[in-house]
Amino acid sequence: MADAKPNVALFVTCLVDLFRPSVGFAAVKLLEQAGCEVAVPRGQTCCGQPAYNSGDRADATDIARRTIPALQPFDYVVAPSGSCAGMIRKHWPALFENDREMSRLAISVAEKTWELTSFLTDVRGMTSVDAAYDGVAAYHHSCSGLRELGVREQPRKLLESVRGLTVKDLAHPEECCGFGGTFAVKYPDISGRMVSDKAEDIEATGADTLLAGDLGCLMNMAGKLKRRGSAIRVRHVAELLAGDTGAPAIGEGES
Amino acid sequence: MSVHTPTSHRFPENAREALGNETLQRGLASAKVGFRIRRSEAAARLPEFETLRDESRDIKNHTLAHIDLYLEAFEKRVIERGGHVHWAADAAEARDAVLTICRAAGAKSVTKGKSMISEEMGLNAFLEENGIEPVETDLGEYIIQLRHETPSHIIAPAFHVLKEQVIETFRKEHTHLDPDRVIEEARQLQDEARQVLRERFLAADVGITGANFLIAETGSTVIVTNEGNGDLTQTLPRVHIVLASLEKIVPTLEDASTILRLLARSATGQEYSSYTTFSTGPRRGEDADGPHEFHVVLLDNGRTDLIGTEMQEVLRCIRCGACMNHCPVFGAIGGHAYGWVYPGPIGAVLSPSLIGVEEAHHLPNASTFCGRCEAVCPMRIPLPKLMRHLREREFEKGIPPATLRWGLAAWAWLAKRPALYGLAMRLPVRLLALLAGRKGRFRRMPLAGGWTSQRDLPAPQGPTFQAMWDRKGGRREASK
Ligand code: SF4
Repeated sequence: MADAKPNVALFVTCLVDLFRPSVGFAAVKLLEQAGCEVAVPRGQTCCGQPAYNSGDRADATDIARRTIPALQPFDYVVAPSGSCAGMIRKHWPALFENDREMSRLAISVAEKTWELTSFLTDVRGMTSVDAAYDGVAAYHHSCSGLRELGVREQPRKLLESVRGLTVKDLAHPEECCGFGGTFAVKYPDISGRMVSDKAEDIEATGADTLLAGDLGCLMNMAGKLKRRGSAIRVRHVAELLAGDTGAPAIGEGES
Repeated sequence: MSVHTPTSHRFPENAREALGNETLQRGLASAKVGFRIRRSEAAARLPEFETLRDESRDIKNHTLAHIDLYLEAFEKRVIERGGHVHWAADAAEARDAVLTICRAAGAKSVTKGKSMISEEMGLNAFLEENGIEPVETDLGEYIIQLRHETPSHIIAPAFHVLKEQVIETFRKEHTHLDPDRVIEEARQLQDEARQVLRERFLAADVGITGANFLIAETGSTVIVTNEGNGDLTQTLPRVHIVLASLEKIVPTLEDASTILRLLARSATGQEYSSYTTFSTGPRRGEDADGPHEFHVVLLDNGRTDLIGTEMQEVLRCIRCGACMNHCPVFGAIGGHAYGWVYPGPIGAVLSPSLIGVEEAHHLPNASTFCGRCEAVCPMRIPLPKLMRHLREREFEKGIPPATLRWGLAAWAWLAKRPALYGLAMRLPVRLLALLAGRKGRFRRMPLAGGWTSQRDLPAPQGPTFQAMWDRKGGRREASK
């Protein structure tokens, strides 16, 4: 299998599918550059976190049960999100503790599931990309990727090879942005304070661009930065790495 | 007011008030950073820190699996050393046990070391009602007692009080001292509190402390403090009462030492707290000092019900406070908003277990699952996982609002039907993109008021990825 092109299923994630397809296409491009045969299996919608994190284990389990067969035939499953990859990798197996056959399948899918930048570097050994971006970017580590999957250096390493780009550290790089899925809607005041603090931290770096690897966090931070009247452009890291920065940044229009 | 009538059910309102409280916000902003830096430096300085976390987790797991045996052994040793053990099923029984001991000692005033169990029991208010004056001797506890407040942090009870407020409180309460005295520095405040408390130590009939550990092998109780107030509290009065919850038990001195190496490092970043004090029974004939009576009140208050359940792991907690020091939600709202004794992530898992998911249902939901608490918990308690268990329990009980449950059900129904889902999403997504027009975002959005009250909502780009992939004729299957 080492020399044949691995079959990679892109797990698009519901947010990228609905809000920002350009991230999906950037991911496909990067995966192809990394020598993979990429397909987007039909039987996918969402990793089930909205149900799982709301205490609706039954629906989360059902969603996983129906998605697993679609991902099963591939060598790898890759998601442009630490949060969704973390769900598949760390939580799907736990959903089937009492179902041996499903548990076996869930584990086999979990073991071949990766967050995009981690897959590119850790599995495919990619060390650089062919892209240019003229700007200074702050990088936000999304929590699930960071703490569930150990995604920290991988995106940074690839970004270093983007011509013209300078990457700045946040003062509080491990601090959550306050998204948390339904948390942002259920506890808006608390979430609002957290994302305000994050926005201040981002602005203080003097960066003109904000990057991260999870669309949920990105939409949260972009929404706050725009509400504050900030000119900082917010993009998914895959867009920059693929050199796909033609589409307007997150929360921005065509103008 | 030390009685904790829970206000956890008002969590969103409490949080809003906390967010609007400028003094609190100033304090939170400065305090949390210090705790985090000190903890991470302390952990980095000790090469075996991570191994100690594993060992400590295993010690507690083993202990919890045999907790009845170890507690019986502990009781036996305490009695052998001339002490007494009082088993209390709930807070009321524990309060009665304390009152009975105080009455028998003819106590008018009791000094107290820091104890969260005392808070859980609502002991101070109860003693006052019964004509006994409790005097807190931990500086933080003393400050909030003067201010008629409850602790907002388990290791820094006056976390929410600024220095200027302490000065104000001392000037107002210490009326017997020179009104023109200079108190500006933390040091001066400490000295003044020491001076005032010294008289109280000498006058007290009973000293009450908490316990960080109970040691089955020796019948000892252990406390750690930084002020030495605990030592005076337990050695000066005739009677010493230790308040402890059952899960403080560890088998041996060795085990306590292992966990002690984590405790202060995780809490304050110290290698050890300034004082680690072991108490074993009352004074013996030849001892120069120590209490004449030694009592341990062992509080259950719902804890044994957790053993053998998915929530058991919470009983490994050593109350170091690291989880709250690193919690972004705690950092935004402080401790009081949680509405009961234990704030932060540990509170979010412990409070629903002890006071019920109905009262405390918000707490396990008020988390982004950022996972930082679990990452720093010295006892490797999977706090997010336990919060999720509680969310599941709430969901089974139908506690989440109907709108959320229906919304979720409708969404999940679709999410299980990819073909239908794909079709169903195409139109609304396009419509949203159209509505947003050239702006690319919304300031307001019906049904998403929670989101847009705080931030704009970025608009979808237009067609869904799946629709575009179809149009492109992109690959759908693995190639052979
Ligand atoms: S849950 Fe862990 S981090 Fe939090 S107080 Fe307990 S031991 Fe410390």
